[in-house]
Parts: sequence; C-alpha cells; structure tokens
Amino acid sequence: MADISVKIAGLEMKNPVMTASGTFGYGLEFADLVNLEEIGGIIVKGTTLNPREGNDYPRMAETPHGMLNCVGLQNKGVDYFCRNIYPQIKDIRTNMIVNVSGSCPEDYAECAARINELENIPAIELNISCPNVRQGGMAFGVTTEGASQVVKAVREAYNKTLIVKLSPNVTSIADIARSVEDSGADAVSLINTLMGMSIDIERRKPRLSIKTGGLSGPAIRPVAVRCVYQVAHAVKIPVIGLGGIMNAEDAIEFFMAGASAIELGTANFIDPAISVKVAEGIDSWLDRHGCKSLNEIVGVVE
Amino acid sequence: MKYCKDLKIVAAEYPSDGYVLLRLTDNEPLGEILGGQFVEIRVDGTADTFLRRPISVNYVDRKNNELHLLIQIVGDGTKQLSSLKAGDKLNVLFPLGNGFTQGKSGEKVLLVGGGVGIAPLLEYGKQLREAGATPVFLLGGRSKRNLLMLDRYSEIGEVYVTTEDGSLGEKGFVTQHSCLKTLCEAGSDIRISVCGPKPMMVAVARFAKANNIRCEVSLENMMACGLGACLCCVEKTVKGNVCVCKEGPVFNINDLTWQI
Ligand SMILES: Cc1cc2nc3c(=O)[nH]c(=O)nc-3n(C[C@H](O)[C@H](O)[C@H](O)COP(=O)(O)OP(=O)(O)OC[C@H]3O[C@@H](n4cnc5c(N)ncnc54)[C@H](O)[C@@H]3O)c2cc1C
Ligand SMILES: Cc1cc2nc3c(=O)[nH]c(=O)nc-3n(C[C@H](O)[C@H](O)[C@H](O)COP(=O)(O)O)c2cc1C
Ligand code: FES
Repeated sequence: MADISVKIAGLEMKNPVMTASGTFGYGLEFADLVNLEEIGGIIVKGTTLNPREGNDYPRMAETPHGMLNCVGLQNKGVDYFCRNIYPQIKDIRTNMIVNVSGSCPEDYAECAARINELENIPAIELNISCPNVRQGGMAFGVTTEGASQVVKAVREAYNKTLIVKLSPNVTSIADIARSVEDSGADAVSLINTLMGMSIDIERRKPRLSIKTGGLSGPAIRPVAVRCVYQVAHAVKIPVIGLGGIMNAEDAIEFFMAGASAIELGTANFIDPAISVKVAEGIDSWLDRHGCKSLNEIVGVVE
Repeated sequence: MKYCKDLKIVAAEYPSDGYVLLRLTDNEPLGEILGGQFVEIRVDGTADTFLRRPISVNYVDRKNNELHLLIQIVGDGTKQLSSLKAGDKLNVLFPLGNGFTQGKSGEKVLLVGGGVGIAPLLEYGKQLREAGATPVFLLGGRSKRNLLMLDRYSEIGEVYVTTEDGSLGEKGFVTQHSCLKTLCEAGSDIRISVCGPKPMMVAVARFAKANNIRCEVSLENMMACGLGACLCCVEKTVKGNVCVCKEGPVFNINDLTWQI
C-alpha cells in the first residue's frame, strides 16, 4: 500500500484520480456502477452563469481511438445548480468540484462567487478552453492576456482552490500556464479537447452539427503528455494531467511527465467503474516498483 | 438498478442474412428490465469500435434467465458481435433508458415496427400481455428477409405485415396497411408505440396525430455514455434538449418538435 493521497493547494484527495468535466455528469448518473466515495474527486458538468441549450444534434462522432464532441456547454445555469443539484451531491464523501465556464470575465466571476458560497464544494475548475462555444470560452484560453484577465477576475471572487483548465489549441501552452499562475491560479489542469473535424463522405457533410468539435480519448494522449511535460517545467503550481488516460499505466506516464493528479474523461464511457480501477492500479504499480509514495515518480522525467 | 458486467453467450443464432441474435445469461437473476429499454455493449477490437454500441432488449426469457439481442450487421462493431460464439463473454451495461409506457389491463396497443426496429416490440408485447393488455403488431420491412422471427410475435398477438416489394403481407409501407382502418377507426380505444427508421416513425406519428391517437416513438440517436452524463444524444423537445439515453429512448410525439 503506497501513499497515493495528494494535496493540491487546499484540496485534499485520498487518491490522485478525478473524473473529468462533461464525462461523468454530476456523479449521480454513475452511482449504481461505481462507489463514488472511492474516487479522489468528481468534476461536474460545465456550469455557466445563465442556462445554455448547447448545440444541435449531432453532437458526437466516433473517430479512431477517440471521439469528437460539440455539446456546447448545455447546462441549466449556476442558480439551478445551487438550488437543485448541490443538495443532491453535497453529502457524497469525495471532492465535488464544479467546472465553470463563461463568455466574459464578469460572468465567470459571478458564477464562481455563487459557488464560493457552497460549503461542500472545495474547488472549482475554470474552463477557459472549451472549443465548442462560438464566443468566449476558447477565446480566453488562447491568449496570455485573455487567460490572465479571466483568472484575475475569478480570483477576486473566489477564495477556495482555483484550478484553471488549459487548451492544447495554442502556440505555447507553457506561456498560457505561466500567465495563469501569475494571475492567482492554485493549479492547472490539462488538456481540454483538441479541435477536430470529421466528414461523412457519403452525405458529403460534416458529422457534427457545428462542423468542428473537440477530440478526446486515447488518440490525444501523446499530445497531452507533451503538454503536461512542458507546463510542469514552466510553473511551480501543481499540474493535473488528462487526455486519453484509459488505465493505470497511462496515468503513470502523466505522473512521470510532471502531473500530481490525473483526470479520466472518455474512459468513463467505456467502463463506468474505471476511475476506481485506475486508482487501485496506480497503488499496485507503485507497490510492484518498490515506491512508498506517488511523489517518488512525479516529474521523474527531466 | 443498473449493472455493468460480463454476460455469457448461451448461443449466437443467425435468423437471416445480415442479422445475429445473441442469447446472453448471467449467474444472478437479470433483474427488472422494461420493454423498450436498451443495453450498451462493449466491443473491443479495432480503432473504430472504441465506444459501446446501444442495442435494444429484444426479449427476456425469465425461465432460462436469458437476455436476447437482435442485431443487424451494419458496420465494424456489429460485425464483430456477429462473430461471437457460445461460451464467449460480453461486457454489457444495462438496463438503460425509460422503456415504453407500461400496459394497463384491458387496453389495446398497436406496436408498429420497421426493419430491425421490430426488435424491442417483442419484449414489450410480452409485457403488455402479462399486464392484461392486448398487443397487436404491424411490422414492415423492405422485403421478406428483413422481417425476422415473425412466429415469435404471433405467439404474443395478432401480426400484420407489409413489405416494400410485396414478398410478404401487403405491399407498401406500414402506414398503408388496410388493418389501420379497422383498428384505428373513430371511437376505438387504441394507442400506438413505434420503433423503426425515422421516416417511418414520422409517417406513423403523422397518422396518429391526424387521427387523434396517443403515440410514442423510440429514437436511436448516436450515444456515448448511455447514462445521461455526456449530453451527446440529445433530442429537441418542447422542454428543450433532453437526453435520449435517459429521458428516452421512448417519447410521446407531442413532446417532440417534429414537423408532423
Ligand atoms: C437506443 C438504441 C437502440 C438500438 N437498438 C438496436 C437493435 O436492437 N438492433 C440493432 O441492430 N441496432 C440497434 N441500434 C442501432 C445500433 O446501435 C447501431 O447500428 C450500431 O451502433 C452500429 O455499430 P457498428 O459499429 O456496426 O456500425 P458503425 O460503423 O458505427 O456505423 C455503421 C452505420 O450505422 C450507423 N449508426 C451508428 N450508430 C448508430 C446509432 N446509434 N443509431 C443508428 N445508426 C447508427 C452509422 O451512421 C453508419 O451509417 C440501436 C441504437 C440505439 C441508439
Ligand atoms: C462529451 C464531452 C463533454 C465535455 N464537456 C466538458 C465541459 O463541460 N467542460 C470541460 O472543461 N471539459 C469538457 N470536456 C473535456 C474533458 O473534460 C477532457 O478534458 C477531455 O475529454 C480530454 O480527456 P479524455 O481524453 O480523458 O476524455 C468534455 C469532453 C467530452 C468527451
Ligand atoms: S449518451 Fe451520454 S447523455 Fe446520452
């Protein structure tokens, strides 16, 4: 039994495995299939200040070793979350983290401020990197100025652990990470989906309603590992790695690249109990390799 | 209660070219499954069969604790499913979705199916019978070889058939079948449940609306999680975008925004 607990700023986790936003609902959807309390953290659906209907169907397409999606942040808004969802999830004994999105710094800040009031939400993950909303979202994540502006606004409104989720669809993800760190983020998580497109050649039309979407799954793993490695070398705050992780060995790769914790996204669709299996797998990998704690392998690749 | 587990294949049967009927079993009783609910099957293999495949529950054989799935081979995933043999294991997430409206004693329900969409109507028809209702089947296919296992349906209720090429039953589409006149004449107390290709469901919905008959349809939107978590499978309804995998796949036609 190695020590696989981790601490990310104020966030204490029994293991380094979280479920990624948009792939695990509010956790409740999986309650029959996995013991939620054995997961290190659950990052719930992207939440915005005002309700959003999201994009039209079709919103997904299967691609080699992965999938494209253009859900477009469908959610009922932060007030609905606070009133109707929070009471249902607040007593789940793991870290329930809210993923926050917006289209201007004021909206992000207002949304974060409302979640700040919720006692059993120890952290938020700021999504400045969603590729599926026409204005906002991604626009902030792709420039150092935009990223910094949003993070500063939220930092003033939010006093618990602030994780900022980065986009890989940029020239230098390390530069963005540095500006986010300087603006007050407690940690960064990466990567969000990679922009992609797929065409149905018989119909001569894009498979997704808004033509492009975000690619996830094992297809993006090497890109994600590279991004985690570059960012871990650029900032001092903890890095949370994700992108195509399907099993414990994949997770170990991210730790070695410099991640302190990981998230599982698309893998939840293949095996709804994968998060707990990966946490157990990390533990036994460390045991097999004579490591007493996860820390021994974090960032070992120079 | 939902389960995700390895079920054992008792038999793989081939009722017609291009179809496979998988009979699955488990050591424990299968639990409650409603007609119209579906399962998501893990198809490991090639790069292109990464996500689970949604398949309707065709039949639950309670006596032998078997779950039957009737699958049309259309691509890589279903092709792999067709190569499975007795004794193989299959990882199945089930039961998913809402299912058709449960039957009431004494009511008459017309079950309209097209192509492989007839699959879920068998279990549903059986459950209607058990509830004391009278199921009547109206099944349509391109030709005789697309209409499988009709004897199973006639054990449960009356069966009317149409084929586009006239090789079995009346020639034409389900909405043209002469039985509709008598079954659905004014004042008759009947409701309709449909599963099949979208154009067929739209045509039946239009007929039902015009004749003021309660009608529900079972949708087959593309799915990823099957659990209402990813929001990929949404259908536009009068309440906005809702998940077909969780709030469906069965919807009352009045809740949809179809042009009918
Ligand atoms: C709730 C639900 C219940 C279903 N029940 C059955 C059933 O009982 N029997 C059965 O044979 N099929 C059923 N389907 C359809 C079945 O899921 C698809 O045919 C299957 O996923 C195709 O997989 P594939 O890898 O063979 O084909 P792919 O290579 O993935 O695709 C081949 C072709 O099938 C189409 N297709 C893929 N996924 C779907 C889908 N979800 N719905 C419609 N077309 C699709 C693609 O557009 C493509 O043209 C159901 C679908 C849903 C959503
Ligand atoms: C269907 C779907 C919906 C998603 N929704 C969100 C979201 O609302 N907010 C967000 O920050 N990321 C969202 N993501 C991105 C994932 O959280 C994750 O960053 C990405 O999928 C890469 O990880 P993976 O390869 O393990 O899935 C979504 C991904 C998918 C597949
Ligand atoms: S398939 Fe994920 S919500 Fe329906």
